Amino acid sequence: MQTIWILSLREFRSFFDSLIAYIMLILFLGISGFFTWLFGTDVFLIGQASLGAFFSIAYWTLFFFIPALTMRLLAEEIRSGTIELLLTRAVTDRQVIIGKFLSTLLLITVALLFTIPYVITIGSIGNLDVGAVVCGYLGLFLMSGAYISIGLWASSITKNQIVAYLTSLFIGLFFHLLFGMLSTGFTGFLGQLFNSLSMREHFDSISRGVLDSGDLVYFFTLIILGLFLSEVSLSRRKVNS
Amino acid sequence: MDISIENLVKKYGGQRAVDRISFEVKTGEIVGFLGPNGAGKTTTMRMITGFVTPAEGTIKVGGLDIAGHMDEVKRRIGYLPENNPLYQDMPVIDYLEYVAGIQGIIRENRMARVAEMIRITGLNPEKHKKISELSKGYRQRVGLAQAMIHDPEILILDEPTSGLDPNQIVEIRKLIRELGRHKTVILSTHILSEVEATCDRILIINRGKIVADGTSDLLRKQASGEELLRIRIEDGDPNEVYKEIQALSAVQQAAFVEGETMKYEIQCKTGAHAARELFQLCVKKNWIITEMIPYETKLEDVFRELTTHS
Repeated sequence: MQTIWILSLREFRSFFDSLIAYIMLILFLGISGFFTWLFGTDVFLIGQASLGAFFSIAYWTLFFFIPALTMRLLAEEIRSGTIELLLTRAVTDRQVIIGKFLSTLLLITVALLFTIPYVITIGSIGNLDVGAVVCGYLGLFLMSGAYISIGLWASSITKNQIVAYLTSLFIGLFFHLLFGMLSTGFTGFLGQLFNSLSMREHFDSISRGVLDSGDLVYFFTLIILGLFLSEVSLSRRKVNS
Repeated sequence: MDISIENLVKKYGGQRAVDRISFEVKTGEIVGFLGPNGAGKTTTMRMITGFVTPAEGTIKVGGLDIAGHMDEVKRRIGYLPENNPLYQDMPVIDYLEYVAGIQGIIRENRMARVAEMIRITGLNPEKHKKISELSKGYRQRVGLAQAMIHDPEILILDEPTSGLDPNQIVEIRKLIRELGRHKTVILSTHILSEVEATCDRILIINRGKIVADGTSDLLRKQASGEELLRIRIEDGDPNEVYKEIQALSAVQQAAFVEGETMKYEIQCKTGAHAARELFQLCVKKNWIITEMIPYETKLEDVFRELTTHS
């Protein structure tokens, strides 16, 4: 457990050392702040004391930013050869994967914590549904976990960061958009299947303030599957390389 | 802590990069892996450190098979990979502390170990710099420091002196020698003088197979067999001298050295020494020996012979 913490702390620091973290935080807060307060279907247009506007914009900004954070996690280590130093240490492949996963999740958590002033502001304007806000944040957090996990796997199969970025965006797009669109085009079992695979479906369900065990199973399945496949891909590298 | 390797095989696309290698390294020994590029040195080291899984064969470290005890074995091995990959954007001291952490050194002892390593490797003036700002020599020291930070019983160093200038090479070799007194060391190189200077034992690998195993003296003896002498004899008729030399019992073959009338190259019979006979011959004939140089077979020649013929 302590090893995982050391691994993820180093990774977390390197986000800041390489300025990626600052760029990501500024862009995330800038874009989501702009669309929450100033433009489009913002808070004032809706005229309700609700963070719905923020959650629906963060739903998209995180989708694009997370692959940019995860793309270098393993691809960079494979390219520069530091993976050899890492894997010959007294750490297991699983610890490496979980450490890297947690580091990115920690950065996303920091980004989300920076939006707490939004909650305070709206809470002071009107009567805020606390349960819905908590669930909305939980939804963003779980969705981030799922995309980090997918991004980590994409980063484990290549030494090229751009390939990793595009791969995770491509896979993510299915969950984010395409499965939802497909589900409207099919009826019966296929429609049900696509519907249950769609991120939007589960995210909306949680951010409405309803905690359904089915949604939790969905997110945790994606996270664990991504982490498991990343670990397999790291181990296979040892046999094939 | 000893290492024993049996019938190790690793294939890359049907080709055997490592082909049934077996050897043992005893505790406290410094062993040099020698071989041309692509001979299988790095692959063998990667298999011992667990970065590459062998296709066949067993590796035992201190009696433990690494197949089932990789985690325990990893704690006892310090590894410097080829090309010394490091996190470029980390300061030296932070990097060493991080490595100490993942190697399982408890928090209270970490800084002490880091300070100790910085002292041993002479990194003190550079310890706050980012690794990317260091010269190649200092980066190599960081590589050695990270390999030794958990005080491993075994050190595996893949080309520890590559890319260093001659002064740095001498220093790093001295460091390895010092460390090797208490640890088992395997190092690879393709610089021949390096193994002679640092290693107790040499393993020559070619095309995935071990083609020679022993001390440098032993290898030289095995390969040479015959002694070679160059001699300059004055005050005699060159043709007569030549005939007399040829007639000596220890001489296999004599020849004039090209362009020099009084110089001869003499190949002795296997195991025989011609120097005494030559001297006595000259005394008898009243000739003067003004030069006599024995030529040893160099390790370079041994290496070339073993790695080009097979």
